Amino acid sequence: MKQLLSFVKKEFYQVFRDPKTLVMLFGLPVVQIVLFGFALTNELKNANIAVVDNAKDQASQQIINKIAGSEFFNIQKVLTSSSEIDAAFKEGKIKLAVVFPVNFYNDLMHTNKASIQVIADASDPNTATQLTNYINTIVSDYQSQLSPNSSVPYTIIPEVRMLYNPDLKGAPNFVPGVMAMVLLLVCVMMTSVSIVREKELGTMEILLVSPVKPLMVIVAKAIPYLILSWINLAAILLLSVYALDLPIKGSLFLLVAESTLLIITALSLGLYISTVTKSQQAAMFASMLGMMLPTMLLSGYMFPIENMPVVLQVLSNIVPAKWYYIIVKDVMLKGLGFSAIWKETLILMGMTAFFIVVALRNFKIRLE
Amino acid sequence: METVIKANKLTKRFGDFVAVDEITFDVYKGEIFGFLGANGAGKTTAMRMLCGLSTPTSGEATVAGFDVFTQPEEIKKNIGYMSQKFSLYEDLSVLENIEFYGGIYGLNRSEIREKNKELISKLGLEKEANNLVRSLPLGWKQKLSFLVAIVHQPKIVFLDEPTGGVDPYMRREFWDLIYDAADKGITIFVTTHYLDEAEYCNRVTIMVDGKIEALDSPGGLRQKFGVASMDEVFYKLARQAKRSAD
Repeated sequence: MKQLLSFVKKEFYQVFRDPKTLVMLFGLPVVQIVLFGFALTNELKNANIAVVDNAKDQASQQIINKIAGSEFFNIQKVLTSSSEIDAAFKEGKIKLAVVFPVNFYNDLMHTNKASIQVIADASDPNTATQLTNYINTIVSDYQSQLSPNSSVPYTIIPEVRMLYNPDLKGAPNFVPGVMAMVLLLVCVMMTSVSIVREKELGTMEILLVSPVKPLMVIVAKAIPYLILSWINLAAILLLSVYALDLPIKGSLFLLVAESTLLIITALSLGLYISTVTKSQQAAMFASMLGMMLPTMLLSGYMFPIENMPVVLQVLSNIVPAKWYYIIVKDVMLKGLGFSAIWKETLILMGMTAFFIVVALRNFKIRLE
Repeated sequence: METVIKANKLTKRFGDFVAVDEITFDVYKGEIFGFLGANGAGKTTAMRMLCGLSTPTSGEATVAGFDVFTQPEEIKKNIGYMSQKFSLYEDLSVLENIEFYGGIYGLNRSEIREKNKELISKLGLEKEANNLVRSLPLGWKQKLSFLVAIVHQPKIVFLDEPTGGVDPYMRREFWDLIYDAADKGITIFVTTHYLDEAEYCNRVTIMVDGKIEALDSPGGLRQKFGVASMDEVFYKLARQAKRSAD
């Protein structure tokens, strides 16, 4: 028994003296509760929507007021034509549009029936379904408001159109997310661990004394992961298209090019991590903390960014996966071209440049 | 005699701390030159400067005729290096290691094949040639490390405490390989804290607190200090040392 106690005591000493263990024991649960309890939610609030009021009568006005008053919606735009709707969806500015036909109130009064068009961006089918349901609730509320005064009930039929993903397949939502995760995991963690391993084993020193230039060491380490990532990417795309029935609407070339950009961003992040960590364990830990967690939680893949507190929304901007996710959805699901994603592409390029510059600088300093 | 390493008042400072303090010495071709000193004396720092791994703070030095400040890349092509942790990849086989380092130093395929045969037969590793290095006993790894470090026939090879952790018999065998290389005209620059190995060198220097306190052949030093062994020479000098660990 005495033996066991001595042993357990030593274990406690070691646990409390290891910062990494402490972070995991106490830090992580706290962060998780805060994040999942307050910040990250699947509930939708203040979704940006657009309204096209061709009727401009009391019925449409009343429904619009209800929508405006609802905490779920934020009327971003009041549009005047249907072509503007298309553009607004493409730019990702709205998640849903409600269109009132010209004689809305009149139709209701004379035929007891009218319809409203509800168009939703179904690239995230969960969001689209939820939002559409909220609209349906508001509409049927209004319906029952009118009805008590008449013998025949009024019926307002929402004609729902799900854009980009009419079958409401889940794949369009998680495939881009999975693509980002897989590419990032392989490239960031593996690259950083591989470089740090050389440092740990002492073979890095030998390489530095040899005629091999430091840049070549880095490039040589990155190339296998680049190639493996391309193979991974090909596998994921093949599976999506043939097994999950999710076609690639946009240019395949653009998709592969942008994915290659993300791969390079990830490789440079891995490189950066390798210059600030001394052991393989630390490199893995840093990769997890700096890449996996933010990617899962803040990229918009699992939890909509618009619903996060402003702090996290701002923070999500430095997560490369967030921009890649937008790019992939735009190209794969909405079939958009480069003109729609040039901003996001530029951001990824900027991040890559930043990581590479800082990493090379650190690398050179370490040589001293 | 051709001078392959020339150092004049070579100094390395880290902030206020002077790790290497104006050391001056020459090394001749084909010599086995020993760099002795306690841990923290500055041996490794001095060696790193000569290998082009670290830029000196002041002073001058040329290695294989190239300046350490302005031509470190040329130096790297002409030297070999074996570190304390050895130079081999444990998860590659013996042949794969030779191939890798041969390739890095610019040997072509036939040269590499030659070297493969030569090294394998020299060490008697015919059966283990395709085994991972991790399966070799320590003594063999050390010897293989050395031979790989000189795979490109460099002018000088730097050995940083190459015989750690191995029994005296193995160390003796290791030094046989060193003699072999020196006979072929390769200059050996070796740091060690095994004083008996000092006897194997043509000349040794003893560093204390960053300075060179003695530079001569082992016989010459023993005579100068009037003692019978290098151990005692070292003891007399190192006693005054103020620094302890690297």
